[in-house]
Amino acid sequence: MFPFSFEWLWDTGHIVFHGGLWYALNIIGIGMTYCVIKAVIDSSKGKGGHGRH
Amino acid sequence: MDTALIPKGVRRCPMWQFLLGLGIVGAVLAWGVYAMLLCWFKGLNQTNMNNYYGFALWIWADLAVIALGGGAFFSGLLKYIIGKDELKHIINYAVLIGFICYSSALLILAIDIGQPLRGWFIFWHANIHSMLTEVAFCLSCYFSVLTIEYIPLILENRQLNKVPFFHHLSHNMHEVMAVFAATGAFLSFFHQGSLGGVAGVLFGRPFAFREGLLIWPWTFFLFTWSAAAYGPCFTLLLTWITEKVTRKKLVKDNVVELLAKISGWMILTYTVAKICDTTRWANITVPGMGQTLADFYTGNAFYGYWILFVEIVLCGVVPAIILISAPLRKNPAWRITAFFLGVIGVSLNRWVMILQVMAVPVMPFDSWALYYPSWQEVATTILPVAYGVILIMISYRYLPIFPQEAELNPIEEAATAAVEIQTDTTPDLEPAQA
Repeated sequence: MFPFSFEWLWDTGHIVFHGGLWYALNIIGIGMTYCVIKAVIDSSKGKGGHGRH
Repeated sequence: MDTALIPKGVRRCPMWQFLLGLGIVGAVLAWGVYAMLLCWFKGLNQTNMNNYYGFALWIWADLAVIALGGGAFFSGLLKYIIGKDELKHIINYAVLIGFICYSSALLILAIDIGQPLRGWFIFWHANIHSMLTEVAFCLSCYFSVLTIEYIPLILENRQLNKVPFFHHLSHNMHEVMAVFAATGAFLSFFHQGSLGGVAGVLFGRPFAFREGLLIWPWTFFLFTWSAAAYGPCFTLLLTWITEKVTRKKLVKDNVVELLAKISGWMILTYTVAKICDTTRWANITVPGMGQTLADFYTGNAFYGYWILFVEIVLCGVVPAIILISAPLRKNPAWRITAFFLGVIGVSLNRWVMILQVMAVPVMPFDSWALYYPSWQEVATTILPVAYGVILIMISYRYLPIFPQEAELNPIEEAATAAVEIQTDTTPDLEPAQA
């Protein structure tokens, strides 16, 4: 649910519940975006090696 | 046939043996899928759920696998946040088990809601006063985190890792894994807790009701605590089973003992908290609501005081003592006994908090309502087990799940050379083929 949904209320419950959800989703989304973009850049630069992590 | 896909330096069973195993477990899976389709197409009348049992076998299985999958978030917390680096040798398996447990939990919920096409309603039309909404949010997000933790493992497959993009993606994901692990621990704390909170807030059912802290009943904290305590037991028990099936040592004893020791102390502290909670509940909460302890453990054919003893003493105190005592912990027989009791204990706790809650009469004119699942419920509960076995079989065969396996099981030089020659002559597969 987003603030523009008709069911939305600007109360503590909605802000805490959905704030927590978006917070987690943002971390996951930003983290994965960073990994993918960096992998594209690293690949294009030809950084290599098959070393173990 | 598939040698090029098998990790370097390890040996796997012949393809026919692998396919035979997959076929046998696949038959069980197919039985579960058939029952699942019956539930979806014909409806929940395929189950023995009724007005007494809105929650039944599925929800017990759901809560049990979520608790048992707690080994993933707790091991991740220990490794990435607290810095127990030795656990890197078992974290892959913990993640895989967590992934299986949480995907199973979501599958069970998809069957349980009866109308999976409307599953998204809980996100869009969220009831923010419901503990189950928090569970749905955190469960889905944490499953995403587990998927993210599992992806690098897939990308480390021998052939996929040759693709530069996949290699770098896997490397980058490892680098920021601490962020995902911390997010996973945050999400797990809340969804494990809220599952306990669902029972604890039932003020109309004195068997489940608990006082608590602010809006959270004590069961909220006990559920999170028990998942962190017993989850690693399940990871270690499955590691031992995998070692027996493959007839190989896969993880060094110092790693197993470290996780077992931490699990033991967690179980001990949890059990002390559980005993305090039960004592207070039996002596203050229950009498305050006009009932006695005997009301919950007598007058029926199944639930007796034995269940309280088994859950708290046999499967709580006993494994805790075994795992915190160095001589007992170092003895494989005692250690495995403790893991087994731990897994039984947390599963029994979830059974009590779901099904005994429903069975206990709440009105003066009520009587005990025992419940027997239909075969469709049993089949769909076994379905995730078969799915889990298949995923473990495939992952173990093709992915470097156990980093110490090659070191612990060196293969003879001649055999290694033969494998290398065969691999070198095998043309590299394209990613899609791999």
